[in-house]
Amino acid sequence: MIKVGKIVIYSEKTELARELVTAALEIQGAERSVTAVCINDEEQTRDLAARGIAVVNLSAPGVHPSDTASTARALQQVVDELEAELVLLASNRRGKELAGRLAQRLNAGCLTDVTGMAIQEGRLACTRNTLGGATVATQFIKTARQVIAVAPRTYEPAAEKPGGSVDDMTVSISAASGIKLVETRARDKDSVDITTADLLVVVGQGLENQEDLVRAAALARFLGGEVACTKPVATDRKWLSEERVIGLSGKTCKPQLAILLGISGQVQFTVGIRDARTIIAINNDENAPIFQMADYVMVADLADVLPPL
Amino acid sequence: MNIVVAMKQIPDVRQIRIRNRQPVLEGVPLTFGSIDKNALELGVSLKEAQGSGKVIVVSAGSEELQDTIKEALAAGADEAYLVIDDKLEQADGAVIAHVLAETIKKIDDVDLILCGEGSGDNYSGQAASRIAELLDLPQVGYASAVEIQNGTSRVTRSLEDGEEVLEVPLPLVVTVVADINQPRIPSVTQILKAGRKPQEIWELADLGIEPGAAVETVSNLAPELQRQRVVVKSNEEFTQVLQAEGFTGR
Repeated sequence: MIKVGKIVIYSEKTELARELVTAALEIQGAERSVTAVCINDEEQTRDLAARGIAVVNLSAPGVHPSDTASTARALQQVVDELEAELVLLASNRRGKELAGRLAQRLNAGCLTDVTGMAIQEGRLACTRNTLGGATVATQFIKTARQVIAVAPRTYEPAAEKPGGSVDDMTVSISAASGIKLVETRARDKDSVDITTADLLVVVGQGLENQEDLVRAAALARFLGGEVACTKPVATDRKWLSEERVIGLSGKTCKPQLAILLGISGQVQFTVGIRDARTIIAINNDENAPIFQMADYVMVADLADVLPPL
Repeated sequence: MNIVVAMKQIPDVRQIRIRNRQPVLEGVPLTFGSIDKNALELGVSLKEAQGSGKVIVVSAGSEELQDTIKEALAAGADEAYLVIDDKLEQADGAVIAHVLAETIKKIDDVDLILCGEGSGDNYSGQAASRIAELLDLPQVGYASAVEIQNGTSRVTRSLEDGEEVLEVPLPLVVTVVADINQPRIPSVTQILKAGRKPQEIWELADLGIEPGAAVETVSNLAPELQRQRVVVKSNEEFTQVLQAEGFTGR
């Protein structure tokens, strides 16, 4: 018997909310038990209702996603009203920040960065990385109410489907937190989304100079992919921007092919790439741990490999 | 103006070895999460810019914390408020947040509470948000810049697709991203002085908090890696692999 009750889903990002629709329906087959909440967003309301589920079109004057406290308050009112037991959020930065606050308001246990969910013995089992990515834990939330933030791209976005409905609801939240949004800046035009690339050439600290970086980038371009890096390459050497970092505090990528250059293989990095379909690792240290997780291993100096390619 | 930095004692994740898919934690030294150290650095540099107030680290954990805390006291914290209790071993983020919130209430004139965006081990990112809710304070997560002026803060939040600049009255809770700064390396004198800085210590019972956990862990194993590890000997073979994988280039 599945014991998960009503599910509320929310993400300020429509594409992530679509993934949550799929996640919710996989846990809870009954569509009528899944409700998406859209806060001050008519366009998202229409988009999600077109995926066959019930949508609460929430009018919450003054509530903006940048104010986590008031967003949590608005959501709590809907969760209470619907008597929902499980709230699914997206584990992007906003969603993760919201998860803890909402969970505290609901007196709920909470898991974030969840990479898989399944019903086991009537309970919802969640998997997530722990110990800096060294291990994957299977965990249950024991409280009556649960807040789970699901890692982006864990589920496919829900397709369009008839049967959806829209309920209008209004909540009033006093803007007591006093947060004022002064300015928003989009990422630079040359910004890149490495999570959608089919091929990644990933560079680590084994790269000796920036010429090798240029060659690695050229290889990525030639093969139709993107260049990415380990955290120190961005934060210590500043060779590449933070948005190209793979790992626990960077991005998680599942490309068709990952070519790892000069990477030793610390788990804080490998956790972000270990689901690639194929991994080729090139390193001059034959004992590098990265070779343990590669389909193809090549012991060589990058200076000998990169120029001819 | 006092600045509180909440830090988590964790095993040094770089030194965790895996045996039969189980993590081996014995003998692994304890430290603070690396992003926690960025939060501390921000606290210390903001205090220096203000020229007044104290930086107080709050932390909860096992008795080794009295030793681990010296890292933070050497790196610029003025005092430590610690909750040390063996019963905290099973505690999850919800309990820790409750413990830290109660500890922060004991500190006067707190204007800013800083945390890393996630701990170095679980990276769950819940504690700061829960503390903000428990203390009924506004919060800004994922800060890449923080300025304090005339009783308000100006915080830049770094998101996946952009940044936003927010003005928030004090006090507030902020979590920082790793690239906000480069934590300083303490000098030998600072390390020697760290042991003499004040530490206030409580147990769970002093705070009236029952240990517990809202989350139950049923297994925690290293993922099985089923990779072929085919040896590639030359650039020619490498090119063949690329072609076999369907990447022939342009």
